[in-house]
Amino acid sequence: MPVPQHLEFFVDPSRCIGCQACVHACTECDTHRGDAMIHLEYVDRGTSVQTVPVVCMHCEQPTCAEVCPADAIKRTGDGVVQSARKPRCIGCGNCVVACPFGVPELYIDRAIMMKCDMCYDRTSIGKKPMCATVCPSQALFFGTREQALALRPKSTPTNKFRFGEQSITTRVNVMVPRRPATPMQIDVTAAMDERPRNRSMRLPVLDTADPFAEVEV
Amino acid sequence: MADDPQTRFEQDLAIDPRVDSPAREGLTGTARGDVYEPRRDPEDITAAPDQRPMDEQPRWRQDFAIDTPEDNFIARRDFAKFLVLTSGAFVAGQAWIAAKSLVRDRRAPPGRQRIASLGMVPPGSAMMFTYPGDDPCLLIRMRDGKLVAYSQKCTHLSCAVVPKIDEGILRCPCHEGVFELATGRNIAGPPPRPLPVIELDVVGEDVFATGVTERTV
Repeated sequence: MPVPQHLEFFVDPSRCIGCQACVHACTECDTHRGDAMIHLEYVDRGTSVQTVPVVCMHCEQPTCAEVCPADAIKRTGDGVVQSARKPRCIGCGNCVVACPFGVPELYIDRAIMMKCDMCYDRTSIGKKPMCATVCPSQALFFGTREQALALRPKSTPTNKFRFGEQSITTRVNVMVPRRPATPMQIDVTAAMDERPRNRSMRLPVLDTADPFAEVEV
Repeated sequence: MADDPQTRFEQDLAIDPRVDSPAREGLTGTARGDVYEPRRDPEDITAAPDQRPMDEQPRWRQDFAIDTPEDNFIARRDFAKFLVLTSGAFVAGQAWIAAKSLVRDRRAPPGRQRIASLGMVPPGSAMMFTYPGDDPCLLIRMRDGKLVAYSQKCTHLSCAVVPKIDEGILRCPCHEGVFELATGRNIAGPPPRPLPVIELDVVGEDVFATGVTERTV
């Protein structure tokens, strides 16, 4: 049973408070108990506490499936890129290296790649993914586009990304600010060197010292 | 939001729209299986990264489809190919066997050859001879004076059979195969066919071999 098409995933990184609720909710799931398929990443840990939840973006042209030599990563008709098929996956880690979003993870002990499948067991029967049910600030939101637009009047969802030469359209949307200009796509590689402009709070405690320097006691 | 797809979805399901109603969990509620529709044609959903049509893509991209319906289709096609090729191989094998048996039937019969005189085989004894060419055979004279001759090669794996005239059998020691002495029929053990019969002609005191009769039952 496919995931209904009018329900979409909206990730709003600016609302993430780094509470780890999504990570622990994901860990609770019986299909991969003890391992979180969602990653909570720090944007720039030296100067900011800003975190961003990373779920699988479910690309229209999934790079992980393109590079899989064992034909183990498949996408179902509703656009959800499923986790590696256990009988096929050889644990080579090609997908881990290839994914521009850094979603797949290799589990060496069981020689398999596992990744977020948008809680297919839940979403395919009309429920929300586990992380979206627990997120207290709705940085992870699963619902209709109308609901997302009504809840976030200052943001607009986008699902087009650019990594150097590669353009990617995804099933999962990321909320971006409407102003100063709504971007046609998010140029991720170009934005890596960009500094935050407004509403950012710098914590210069680590600016003077190298945080990773060896300290003599 | 009169035309909200979630509202229509809930009306189709006839779910109580209140969030805390029993038929509803979280925002989207539980759903029946027949309310979803696949987004795209399952036979044609793989989009290549360069967005060109499938006809212009390299061959491997068709063989290693990313989408599950297409992957299943390819598996079905491979299975059909396997069936056709395997049954074709069986047909070719049968034709080869038929052709070989035709050639064997048309081969000239082995010539007439003197193999012994009656004095060399008193009743209740046996002797070896080769006919035709170097093929080992057994000439057996039973207690009542009747002469029989068989090829000595067991029809199972070509071990040499041993005549037991008092017991009325020919025994193959390799795998306990047993043939009937009077007719050469396989009566016990693994041999699949009776022993080939050497046709005899007795002229006065001389015993001649005149031909070989191979039998299948």
